[in-house]
Amino acid sequence: MDFQLDQKHEMARSLFREFAEKEVKPLAIETDETEQFPRETVTKLQKYGFMGIPVPKEYGGQGCDPLTYVMCVEEMAKVCGTTSVIISAHTSLCIDPIMTYGTEEQKQKYVVPLAKGEKLGAFALTEPGAGTDAQGAQTKAVFDEATQEWVLNGSKCFITNGKEADIYIVIAYTDIVEDKKGRKQKRFSTFIVEKGTPGFTFGVKEKKMGIRGSATYELIFQDCRIPKDNLLGVRGKGFANAMHTLDGGRIGIAAQALGLAEGALDRTVQYVKERKQFGRSIAQFQNTQFQLANMATQIEAARLLVYKAAEAKRTQSSYSVEAAQAKLFAAETAMDVTTKCVQLMGGYGYIREYEVERMMRDAKITEIYEGTSEVQRMVISGALLK
Amino acid sequence: MKIVVCIKQVPDTAGGVKFKPDGTLDRQAMLAIMNPDDKAGLEAALRIKDADPENVKVTVLTMGLPKADAVLREALAMGADDALLITDRVLGGADTWATSSTIAGALKNMEYDLIITGRQAIDGDTAQVGPQIAEHLGIPTISYAREIKVDGSTVTVKRMFDDGYMMLKANMPCLITALSELNEPRYMTPGGIFDAFDKEVTVWGRAQLDVEDSNIGLNGSPTKIAKASDKVAKGKGTVVTPDSPQEAADGIAAKLAEKNII
Repeated sequence: MDFQLDQKHEMARSLFREFAEKEVKPLAIETDETEQFPRETVTKLQKYGFMGIPVPKEYGGQGCDPLTYVMCVEEMAKVCGTTSVIISAHTSLCIDPIMTYGTEEQKQKYVVPLAKGEKLGAFALTEPGAGTDAQGAQTKAVFDEATQEWVLNGSKCFITNGKEADIYIVIAYTDIVEDKKGRKQKRFSTFIVEKGTPGFTFGVKEKKMGIRGSATYELIFQDCRIPKDNLLGVRGKGFANAMHTLDGGRIGIAAQALGLAEGALDRTVQYVKERKQFGRSIAQFQNTQFQLANMATQIEAARLLVYKAAEAKRTQSSYSVEAAQAKLFAAETAMDVTTKCVQLMGGYGYIREYEVERMMRDAKITEIYEGTSEVQRMVISGALLK
Repeated sequence: MKIVVCIKQVPDTAGGVKFKPDGTLDRQAMLAIMNPDDKAGLEAALRIKDADPENVKVTVLTMGLPKADAVLREALAMGADDALLITDRVLGGADTWATSSTIAGALKNMEYDLIITGRQAIDGDTAQVGPQIAEHLGIPTISYAREIKVDGSTVTVKRMFDDGYMMLKANMPCLITALSELNEPRYMTPGGIFDAFDKEVTVWGRAQLDVEDSNIGLNGSPTKIAKASDKVAKGKGTVVTPDSPQEAADGIAAKLAEKNII
């Protein structure tokens, strides 16, 4: 067991850190303030291959491993939560399922431009009436034998990279079957839907508490016809596939949470050394010291869980528990650490210019999306009680 | 076309400077980066390669401790084709003369059309190694390059001065020293980093160099360091409150005269 990063990963981290500091950080406040999708940043991310880090080179990616990808998300989140989730949703939730379940044709057609960053990806599972409870989903796809197309109807909500993305992974039910107890169960399938397909439009843009530059949209499908070849994976296996995709996504969000906590702590350490009260820096007060110590320890524990989950994704076929533990702990660490950082920075912590309040707002979503902390607990305990 | 870029691993000044008891830099104990002028030189070479990827090959070369391997990997991750590390205990403690003799000794055994070095390294600030290499090899030097254009077998360089510039044209092979203002070096790519660690860095020791023993290492270095020290923190100074601008100016002039500055 080796807890030391090798030179290759150290160099990758220094690259991500330098890029984040120079290219992403200067735009973070404005991105939050204006709620504008940071297209300029995404173009730069594309130029340097950050939109396809764990994807094999033959599919347009960088040929790196999940750990490298996770470090990229982490370093971006340290300076801008919005940028980190754009990368995470694109890579983990759109590219990954096509790489896992796609045919060779689908990989060539969709993964190559996505991994090169020429196209942006999104993933659509959540619906107004169905989040964790998948059976509540109403979006439906019916196969039209005459035209050999799928006809999609329904809507999806809270979709990250919505409207900005070119390629959407959409989960819809395609069959209703009876289970052993005679109850009707929806069976889901996964589709690749391109922006611009007739019948596919965008609804409202959500106004959010945090990650405000990230475009969060409602997707609307009205008799949206999708080519037969755009069914991703096996018909009826869409829910299982989506759950597996989310296992990977959770590692990305865990990395985002980790980065937010680190970013807030970095700023706070700097601040407490400079801020003077009663004739000395507030870093000299034991309350400050103990809080910093606790936060640094929480962050280190989160980092170990996140990196372990990334390694599990590289080496194991199933990593649900590792991903759930990483996300649960990192997200709660992010919320706790950012809140305490705001408190340590007092009035300045509450001011936007000092950025930790943004990190606190950004951190909250990590406890919610891609499975709430409660869902992560269900996954973890489910494995224990199996 | 073959371009060799000479790069140097230098202390990251953000990490503080440490000395060995003999007054030379304790490189092992310091964080290291690619020297900024050298990085611009590498970027210039990579841009020449970008324009004609099939026919241009960029080799990076460094002389240093085995850990200087890292700066070569960085250059490979930016897009250099291959890398050469010159390292040997007998080369240690080299001043600019011994360094340039050693590097020229390696270049004599390599093929090149164009050699690019940085103007100067942020640790020594001598700006001597590049031009000295050219002298050892008997090729022209153009220093302080702000722009580089390759056209067939010639190269045109905008050579900067404080108050102007010269446009110079030279036949290749020649050596150019680059200013960090030459360009904005590209970032590495994640995939480039992974590839860089899969590549072999060629390592040459004393035996592979075409250079006299009297011109290498500490013994081959005419420069002798009498004393080196870290910068000393300034004291508080003397605070005076003169009554008039005239008195203030007189006071400053008197102080400067006292220290023989004026």
